[in-house]
Amino acid sequence: EHFLFPYIQLDFEEAANLMDANRDVVTISIGDEDLKAKRQGPAGGFPPDVADDDPLGSDDKTEVRLLAGQKKSAPFWTFEYYQAFFDVETHHVKERIIGSMLPWPGKNFIQVYLRKNPDLYGPFWICTTLVFACAISGNISTFLHKFGSSGYKYTPEFQKVTIAATAIFTYAWLVPLGLWGFLLWRNNKILNLVSYSFMEIICVYGYSLSVYIPAVVLWIIQVEWLRWCFMVVALCVSGSVLVTTFWPAVRDDNPRVTIAVIAIILLLNALLAVGCKLEENIVSDARIWSLISSSLCLCYVVFSYIYILKTYLFMSKVSYLH
Amino acid sequence: MTSAEEASRPFAGLSDVSIPDIPVEGDISLPVASSARDDEFSTLDEPVKETILRDLRAVANKFVHVLYPKRSSVLLRDWDLWGPLLLCVTLALLLQGGAADSNDQGGPQFAEVFVIIWFGSIIITLNSKLLGGTLSFFQSLCVLGYCIMPLTVAMVVCRIVLYTASGKVSFAVRLVVVTASFGWSTFASTAFLADSQPSNRRGLVVYPVFLFYFVIGWMILTFSP
Repeated sequence: EHFLFPYIQLDFEEAANLMDANRDVVTISIGDEDLKAKRQGPAGGFPPDVADDDPLGSDDKTEVRLLAGQKKSAPFWTFEYYQAFFDVETHHVKERIIGSMLPWPGKNFIQVYLRKNPDLYGPFWICTTLVFACAISGNISTFLHKFGSSGYKYTPEFQKVTIAATAIFTYAWLVPLGLWGFLLWRNNKILNLVSYSFMEIICVYGYSLSVYIPAVVLWIIQVEWLRWCFMVVALCVSGSVLVTTFWPAVRDDNPRVTIAVIAIILLLNALLAVGCKLEENIVSDARIWSLISSSLCLCYVVFSYIYILKTYLFMSKVSYLH
Repeated sequence: MTSAEEASRPFAGLSDVSIPDIPVEGDISLPVASSARDDEFSTLDEPVKETILRDLRAVANKFVHVLYPKRSSVLLRDWDLWGPLLLCVTLALLLQGGAADSNDQGGPQFAEVFVIIWFGSIIITLNSKLLGGTLSFFQSLCVLGYCIMPLTVAMVVCRIVLYTASGKVSFAVRLVVVTASFGWSTFASTAFLADSQPSNRRGLVVYPVFLFYFVIGWMILTFSP
């Protein structure tokens, strides 16, 4: 019987990278007597006598953490499978949000903050908060904008919530899906030491949206250049979080592919920011949204076509050389 | 066979026990009051008014517990969803009748209010269960639904204020009323929900509740006839 040890983490960078590539490394078997003692530890702490039974021989200082691939051992249709993604505490979530608002070159969000424990709590509630913040702040700024003009009747504009929800949830959940599929595909061709699981990518995208929440709230201020200023700052912060995270995953690739991937990540991010900004000025204009979503799809299709073409040419060149 | 060995193997000792021939004595009798108790629990014969009044009294009792939130288990032990349904329908009906009903730029439709309240409650309940909460699904729904009551009261007050006054004064009054009732709702539901979570995750459970009542409060505040 295997019992998966919670919260044991080796502190070396290369070991973490190697374990990323090679997930089925460690299972620790422990008899039933230890099971009861170890299960007492809550999500945050680790029992002090972990070191005694640890066959890896770690000392008191190191904490050993479950590998992401093995923690989710329940089948995906059970409740316990999803409970594993909510295994965080209040201070973890706070640290992650602050870390996403203060990106630092070289500090990879996934490795520094997630540490093999991606959660679904942060991305979901940050997206929901952003949806309502967008709708409410858009409503308030429209009201303030048109307050003095005659003939203006205040309306709550509740339909903005639906539009904002569609756009933000599409960005935060479908783009990671595409990116994950793309990285998986490239991983088969080029050996990468850094590869991210789907949950980790969703986590990064979700937390990178957290800087938009104060930006959206500050958009109530009716000074136009200040609003563009806030938008650019939010764009830079969020984009740099994404770039510092995905740079290690694509830098070993063909440079054109690298540039294309980074460019697409930043472009989609910018589209979201501009879309949110436009949504406030243009009241529920469905044509704007269809324009934005169709241009998104078009970009995606064009870039993937270019990528496939280049890969085909590259492979044919390689086979020709051999 | 030593006692230590016996203790280490549960039920192992039973296989070795031989029962000596001891005559068993005693009498078994059913408690006399059992037939009378069965009559009490059978509610088929009572008038319909009694049945309805009993449920109404239970619902009213829970309303009182929400008004003065203290640590009692009435809401949790005998949960019911009548109260939340009543409050939700009342709130959704009161949010209708805005002047912007005719065009689509208006306030929330009846279905939207319903969806937000019930869907929001379900998502918050799922969230607290995924975070390891000990309340059952329907208990959480019951608590969240009943704690909408201060906001419904605020909606009634807002409509009265909008009939009598208008302009900045009415807005200020409505803002104060809605803020107070939003705080009350959040406080009341946190008093019930927070106990069911381990202390290191309380913030994670309280925040969605805060957001939920904030959105409902926003819908009430922006209602304009």
